[in-house]
Amino acid sequence: MSGDGPVQEALDLAGEAVLEVVRPGPLATVQDLGRPGLAHLGVPGSGAADAPALRLANRLAGNPEDAAGLELTFGGAALRFRRAAWAAATGAPAPVSVDGRAAPFNAPFRVPAGGLVEVGAPARGVRTYVAVRGGLTPEPVLGSRSADLLSGLGPPPLAAGDAVPLGPVTGPGLALEPLRVDVAPVPEPPAEPRLRVLPGPRDDWFAAGALAALTSAVYTVADASNRVGVRFDGPPLDRVRDGELPSEGMVTGALQVPPDGRPILFLADHPTTGGYPVIAVVTTADIPVAAQLRPGTKVRFTTHPR
Amino acid sequence: MRVRRAGDAALLVETGDPHRLDAAVRAAGLPGVVDVVPGERTVLITTDGDPGRLADRVAALEPPPRTAADAPPVEVPVVYDGADLAEVAELTGLSPDEVAERHSAAEYTVAYLGFSPGFGYLTGLPNELRVPRRATPRTSVPAGSVAVAGPYAAVYPSASPGGWRLLGRTGLALWDVTRDPPSLLRPGTRVRFVREAR
Repeated sequence: MSGDGPVQEALDLAGEAVLEVVRPGPLATVQDLGRPGLAHLGVPGSGAADAPALRLANRLAGNPEDAAGLELTFGGAALRFRRAAWAAATGAPAPVSVDGRAAPFNAPFRVPAGGLVEVGAPARGVRTYVAVRGGLTPEPVLGSRSADLLSGLGPPPLAAGDAVPLGPVTGPGLALEPLRVDVAPVPEPPAEPRLRVLPGPRDDWFAAGALAALTSAVYTVADASNRVGVRFDGPPLDRVRDGELPSEGMVTGALQVPPDGRPILFLADHPTTGGYPVIAVVTTADIPVAAQLRPGTKVRFTTHPR
Repeated sequence: MRVRRAGDAALLVETGDPHRLDAAVRAAGLPGVVDVVPGERTVLITTDGDPGRLADRVAALEPPPRTAADAPPVEVPVVYDGADLAEVAELTGLSPDEVAERHSAAEYTVAYLGFSPGFGYLTGLPNELRVPRRATPRTSVPAGSVAVAGPYAAVYPSASPGGWRLLGRTGLALWDVTRDPPSLLRPGTRVRFVREAR
């Protein structure tokens, strides 16, 4: 029985401050808000691909928004809590249970010491976030605990048996005080997403009809998509200028077009510079939508007035 | 100078001197600037503020008097025993010794970084040492490998896949996450390669 008295809470908090990975699912990484400010040294921004989802999970769990949490790709994870904690799951909506009992999504839930949290496969979207009160605290690299899968910075993807350290729960007597947060109303990922784009910076490298093709055709998310970028199948975007673009800085959301004409939408772990022209950039507001696109999803791009 | 928009949170500025613009933007301490990323002929400036206002401020900047190029060059000791040295000699019609001599006689500047953390694209490679990349990239190039490809020279800061031609190796750590800054090179840094006996 998990009592709620102060004695029980003291015992709960005495547990080892680690999260044990029983099953990581297809891909589980530690993510915070990444490593901004180092792109000139070739360091990708990294961080949660769907950053607003991680921020929300942290707020629900009672953490600062920039605390590190788990980014689960297609769910399928099981986590053993050695210490009692408040936790919250957000992002791609997936069934969550604590010791076999259903737990709420987009809302805080309590896990007893020794409790097993399981996250099933999301019905929609790709990435589910789990924040734990106190945050995950593997050793930071260049100021961030994010796993950067392009450059290999930060903690490697989690494997079964890994013990991820948790941060201290600060404030005497506040440790396990019930959080007063309502369930956060979060819209489900749309079935037919539209991504708003701003043309450029290299739309002049493309044929006159290319931007119109991009914004009128349906593109399908390809299998080879990951934290670096989302690949699309669809009408190729024809260039009018040959040769290589002198390498230039790349932004998250950029639709970079390699010689085969099929755009790649850059996500968190994208390279800092590149030589393929960028026909348009997805708006900041729609990058979280892009980060939740599953292979096979049909997507439309629409121009966004400046 | 031409200022292009790169989405709703960045400017891509075309300029004849990316390093000076980089220095000017950093020196000005403009509000809302997140990253300043020189490219070959551009500087990308990302912001968490209003890109329109930032564009106006960037257009009004005065370049500062000093840049990293005014600092003394970083000296990189090199043992010229790379796996591709003989092949580069064959491609260029020089002897391996001449390749090493010419490579170490030139002075280089870091144009920009990319590919991997701390990987600088160095301009200043003598024309006669320009060779194409390998047709098949290596799956792993050791850290410290000194290499050339096209118009550029580079040092692999960490082990990674790579298709550049390997001339030699250095024991100098170009990249160390425990150091501040972690990268020995930054855009505008001047570099010399110093030939060492093996």
